[in-house]
Amino acid sequence: MTEQKKQNPLLSVRNLTVQFETDDGLVTAADQVSFHLMKGENVGLVGESGCGKSVTALSIPRLIPSPPGRIAADEILFDGQDILSMTSKEMRQIRGRAVSMIFQEPSSALSPLHRIGRQMTEALLLHRKLPEKEAWQVAQQWLAKVGIADSPERMYAYPFQLSGGMQQRIMIAMALMLSPRLIIADEPTTALDVTTQAQVFDLIRDMKQDDTSMLLITHDMGVVWEMCERILVMYASQIVETGSRDAIFKNPKHPYTAGLLKAIPKLTTSRGKLKDIPGQVPSPFHYPEGCHFQARCPFAMKQCRESQPRFYECGPDHQAACFLLASES
Amino acid sequence: MKNRMKTSEKETPPLVRIRDLKTWFPVKRGLFSRTKDYVRAVDGITLAIYPGETVGLVGESGCGKTTLGRTLLGLESAHSGEMFFDGIALHAIRAKAMTPLRQRIQVIFQDPLSSLNSRMTIMDIVTEGLVRFKKISTSKADHARRLLDEVGLPPDAMHRFPHEFSGGQRQRINIARAISLRPEFIVCDEAVSALDVSVQAQVLNLLMTLQERHQLSYLFISHDLSVVSNIADRIAVMYLGRIVESGTTADIIGNPLHPYTKALISAVPVPGNNTGNNTGRRMRLQGEIPSASAPPAGCRFHPRCPEATAVCREKPPERTVTEGREIWCHLYGASDG
Ligand SMILES: Nc1ncnc2c1ncn2[C@@H]1O[C@H](COP(=O)(O)OP(=O)(O)O)[C@@H](O)[C@H]1O
Ligand SMILES: Nc1ncnc2c1ncn2[C@@H]1O[C@H](COP(=O)(O)OP(=O)(O)O)[C@@H](O)[C@H]1O
Ligand code: SF4
Ligand SMILES: [Mg+2]
Ligand SMILES: [Mg+2]
Repeated sequence: MTEQKKQNPLLSVRNLTVQFETDDGLVTAADQVSFHLMKGENVGLVGESGCGKSVTALSIPRLIPSPPGRIAADEILFDGQDILSMTSKEMRQIRGRAVSMIFQEPSSALSPLHRIGRQMTEALLLHRKLPEKEAWQVAQQWLAKVGIADSPERMYAYPFQLSGGMQQRIMIAMALMLSPRLIIADEPTTALDVTTQAQVFDLIRDMKQDDTSMLLITHDMGVVWEMCERILVMYASQIVETGSRDAIFKNPKHPYTAGLLKAIPKLTTSRGKLKDIPGQVPSPFHYPEGCHFQARCPFAMKQCRESQPRFYECGPDHQAACFLLASES
Repeated sequence: MKNRMKTSEKETPPLVRIRDLKTWFPVKRGLFSRTKDYVRAVDGITLAIYPGETVGLVGESGCGKTTLGRTLLGLESAHSGEMFFDGIALHAIRAKAMTPLRQRIQVIFQDPLSSLNSRMTIMDIVTEGLVRFKKISTSKADHARRLLDEVGLPPDAMHRFPHEFSGGQRQRINIARAISLRPEFIVCDEAVSALDVSVQAQVLNLLMTLQERHQLSYLFISHDLSVVSNIADRIAVMYLGRIVESGTTADIIGNPLHPYTKALISAVPVPGNNTGNNTGRRMRLQGEIPSASAPPAGCRFHPRCPEATAVCREKPPERTVTEGREIWCHLYGASDG
């Protein structure tokens, strides 16, 4: 990546808070979340389930259902434009062309009622304004590119006639064929076997243009290691640490990041106990005062129960929100 | 750990022995077709599990792992082959003779909520088996307290209901129920697959602690090779209804020989290992696992195998013992089997 590209963020999110009105009261699913993505950068958003990763990601293209959801932010700037003040029409333009989503479930992106070819062609007609014949050609080429054999025939297939891995490839083709500026991939391979997962990530790597950015959401630390240059670690609705891939993996500063890395079962040649994190992720109805990680943290102090730690710098482009770092910096 | 490993050496007879087991599911071809077709979910499996050891069973989804486990548990009936538990022939057993065995063989499934009755209290759930087999010596509450303590849950959990617990806690409840009758053998089918990593590690550790305390044997089924390698003494790798390679965890992970095992290992993203991101590619399998109703001729793996030769397309490989493991692949052993 050139320095030029490094200088202007494609996406910048400042103090995003997402809340839901539920029968049991108001829950805060994302709490003062701030981050940015540079042009061409692949950023991983990691954390265990329920920590607010999907909610954070869905806020960018404003896909949080409202009601019950409420988005508030100081800014969500996409390519210099303020997402929060866009009209629905402008937003649809952004969602169709500039921002593509890849989900865990292909069924959320593929209609069961229409043939693959028709679905792909329609997206191209709408957003690329290609003549119909050409759109069909382009769609078919993309099917071939994502490794679907017999692509001319597969254009006439319905999604249910294809395996999960194949549907996932088609969703990737649809996400990439419009040359988006930003890809948001939310657990894109969680439902797939490792062998298929590896194929899918190879595909994304090969097909994605160099200046396209990607926000990859996953609970799988191995996957972010392979795919991302920078990592955001989320715990119980908050980002707790951000840094380069190497900083996070080799020099984690937040006790949650460190605990998570140790708890991952790695391929090993001999059986043995794992280093777990005691306790469990609290429910959003029961987030404590102070640091959200305190109940599970081996280092928790009085201060941690009283107030929330701010972010401390712990290296170039590396920050963590933990009081242990107050003395260091 | 050392003396646990000893038991898997061949002086002791195996607790579970499976020989050429086949479990097929009939499928209808056409409406009027009389010829029956089968999904050959388990298609000729031979496997031994020794007292006190964990055998990890891995392979991609649909390869037949669950079906093998369910057949052992008597939940599916075998098409052919033999299964022995402590010398008792499970394949030929009558329903009545099976009853005492139900105490000795237990199961833990992936989804703890659907396997727990939502209207029963945790006390009733974990002591259900004890009541059925008339094993309540003091009071149900006493037994429940002891079982909950074994799995790291507080005693007051016994008066609550399954939906009040998190996924990890529910799996602990399942484990408490599974060990209540002091079984010797537990089939764990994707028992930690739905859990978050931090909790997954807790539950894996609990399973290992209980195994050491009670000399349990596990058949630990999972699609996740990393998870399996952390708990298994031996690993059997399955592909399309058959085992392709089995041996100690050290041999299978440290020195895989079968091309499928190699591919599975190479697909696991390893943090901290610089083969990923930007620095070239590792071995990749092409295509997807074929249908179990029409498995490829010859070696079932040949259409995806990077090392397949003419013989692989024609003849199924025989079992060969080499470098401490059993392997089914034409690259190893005598070519005429
Ligand atoms: N539509 C909704 N209504 C109420 N709560 C929601 C809704 N969507 C998400 N949440 C809550 O927000 C929290 C974060 O969810 P999510 O972003 O999906 O987590 P993750 O993707 O990290 O697993 C969870 O506690 C979830 O229950
Ligand atoms: N009750 C059933 N009837 C028909 N086919 C089945 C049945 N159960 C499993 N199968 C098929 O058997 C094969 C193996 O399935 P399974 O044992 O669940 O695999 P795994 O646990 O390895 O994912 C699959 O092709 C599956 O579709
Ligand atoms: S702020 Fe305190 S409780 Fe939170 S992670 Fe740091 S030491 Fe632990
Ligand atoms: Mg999510
Ligand atoms: Mg299964």
